[in-house]
Amino acid sequence: MSRIQSVFATLKAQGKKALIPYITAGDPHPDHTVPLLHALVEAGADMIELGVPFSDPMADGPVIQRASERALVHKMGLRKVLGMVKEFRASNQTTPIVLMGYANPIEAMGSSQFVALAKEAGVDGVLTVDYPPEECESFNQELASADIDSIFLLSPTTEPSRTELIVKQATGFLYYVSLKGVTGAANLDIVEVKKRVAEIRQQTSLPIGVGFGVKDAATAREVAAIADAVVVGSRMVLAIESSDATNLIANVQALTKELRTAIDSV
Amino acid sequence: MQMYDMPDERGHFGPFGGVFVAETLVEALEELRVMYEKYRHDPEFLAEFAYDLKHFVGRPSPIYHAKRLSDKVGGAQIYLKREDLNHTGAHKINNTIGQALLAKRMGKPRVIAETGAGQHGVATATIAARLGLECVVYMGAEDVKRQAPNVFRMKLLGATVVPVESGSKTLKDALNEAMRDWVTNISNTFYIIGTVAGPHPYPMMVRDFQAVIGIEAKDQMQEMIGRQPDAIVACVGGGSNAMGIFYPYIDVEGVRLIGVEAGGHGLSTGQHAAPLTANSPIGVLHGNRTYLMQDEDGNIIETHSISAGLDYPGVGPEHAWLKDIKRAEYVAITDEEAMTAFHNLCRTEGIIPAMESSHALAHAEKLAKTMSPDQVVLVNLSGRGDKDINTVARLANITL
Repeated sequence: MSRIQSVFATLKAQGKKALIPYITAGDPHPDHTVPLLHALVEAGADMIELGVPFSDPMADGPVIQRASERALVHKMGLRKVLGMVKEFRASNQTTPIVLMGYANPIEAMGSSQFVALAKEAGVDGVLTVDYPPEECESFNQELASADIDSIFLLSPTTEPSRTELIVKQATGFLYYVSLKGVTGAANLDIVEVKKRVAEIRQQTSLPIGVGFGVKDAATAREVAAIADAVVVGSRMVLAIESSDATNLIANVQALTKELRTAIDSV
Repeated sequence: MQMYDMPDERGHFGPFGGVFVAETLVEALEELRVMYEKYRHDPEFLAEFAYDLKHFVGRPSPIYHAKRLSDKVGGAQIYLKREDLNHTGAHKINNTIGQALLAKRMGKPRVIAETGAGQHGVATATIAARLGLECVVYMGAEDVKRQAPNVFRMKLLGATVVPVESGSKTLKDALNEAMRDWVTNISNTFYIIGTVAGPHPYPMMVRDFQAVIGIEAKDQMQEMIGRQPDAIVACVGGGSNAMGIFYPYIDVEGVRLIGVEAGGHGLSTGQHAAPLTANSPIGVLHGNRTYLMQDEDGNIIETHSISAGLDYPGVGPEHAWLKDIKRAEYVAITDEEAMTAFHNLCRTEGIIPAMESSHALAHAEKLAKTMSPDQVVLVNLSGRGDKDINTVARLANITL
């Protein structure tokens, strides 16, 4: 059983939902990333999405794009991100790390080398935003042979026939994008999300995470009532952006705890 | 000879092209693909397109024998396909009309576009005004400053111009921002991409709408010289004017197709926008796989060209393919060489060319010199240079 599967299985047995915060590697500075990962776990994160900075993050809103820009100032590339995961794994063997990013850094490294290094570092899942299933069959097979989960997005506009295609290739969990737009955009429509998540469940037994519009504890709670996991990205990055070196860890932990409490109150 | 038949049904030109977008855009692209398939051979749609090209744009654009320039250069005869004489002053209008007519048929009341130099933005704002569509144009904040007259033209035409402050604040960032708008407003918005890049079906669709350039040229050359030219030269940023004139010639043997990239300060300086000539690695950006200027981490690097319209780190996937199968050749021309060609055409022929097209002219001059006077080089003069007079004046330290 993969680390991701085992987290979902354990939470299910406890009647709980997963909290998955997102941070961009190297934001605000590479020195902070590994301590932030540990701090997130300590404050209640079940799994972490670690963003790989990219110069042209087309699917992200302004908040996460700024995080990428802050990280890129320090030349934060994919190789260094994998180094951070390795460092985190040295003292944490239980919390899954999902890398989230764009195709080009992976292609620049070469997919087989990436998969080998990701495996060695202890990466559990990979979500490549601009790799729809039709364009990444061989990459998926490489990930599968290294026991790394392939995480895919489903959107409000994804037709059931396409969901069928995606769930066949997806492992670990599915990530439902709760709104039409980029990360951190307008407020999500919880009624619509509920309806869509129910529809997706007809087609798969994989756990479903929901994200892209979770802005506060109240929304996190509503989403937790419907989904198996709540993904919080832009809100988390805003907390990082508005902190300085002295209160960074405290602020991020305070937000994580608030979200944890909200999710556990379902 | 086997007929050229690209791309495949998912938009691949060999290893290039494709659909590399987030899931949130997939259905919108599928809808577009289906609608374009429905209308691309529809007689009524094509008739409406042809009517606008004739009566609104002023097509066919003439081919002109630049005799004084040819004599001055010495060597082959240089002919110019006069896309600069189109309404709005460049080839860009051909494509925006095609896409706007499609938007109308798809019931989308709002169109958006990205623009670098502003030519595609102006062309989009123009057709949006003509068809009564709401129009929003994304433009890098740097370009907004550099191209103030075009910004004002778009506003006169009723468009909203949004300066993009992220990244390098140029064309690629405008494209990112337009994609974000599209994904957010998918139900009522049509994204009019200005070049043969982006996810499928854009590279194919833009090529098809621009192919009128090459289709006309074939008839016109036959009529003027009784045969086809020995070489066709066109500038390549994303590559839409080049694809437009190359495409109908791909199966014509004996016609060399030469794309001219922006060599900026010179390939050895790294400050250029010539991914094909500089042998940049293959990568994925803006929805397709192509040759891309990038660093070792796979981040896109900032490009440089005197011409905003060529200042793009990638290139249309079909050009990448034509390079690999050796059907087209690609070369680079520096800022300085382009400037010299710009002045040459002004003084010898009474035509002020766009800075983009001046790159093609510069290479045509080099090439013509190596050829005999009975040979013919056809240059796609993709746009007029009125928009560039501020840049040219600034380089000469002249305040207008």
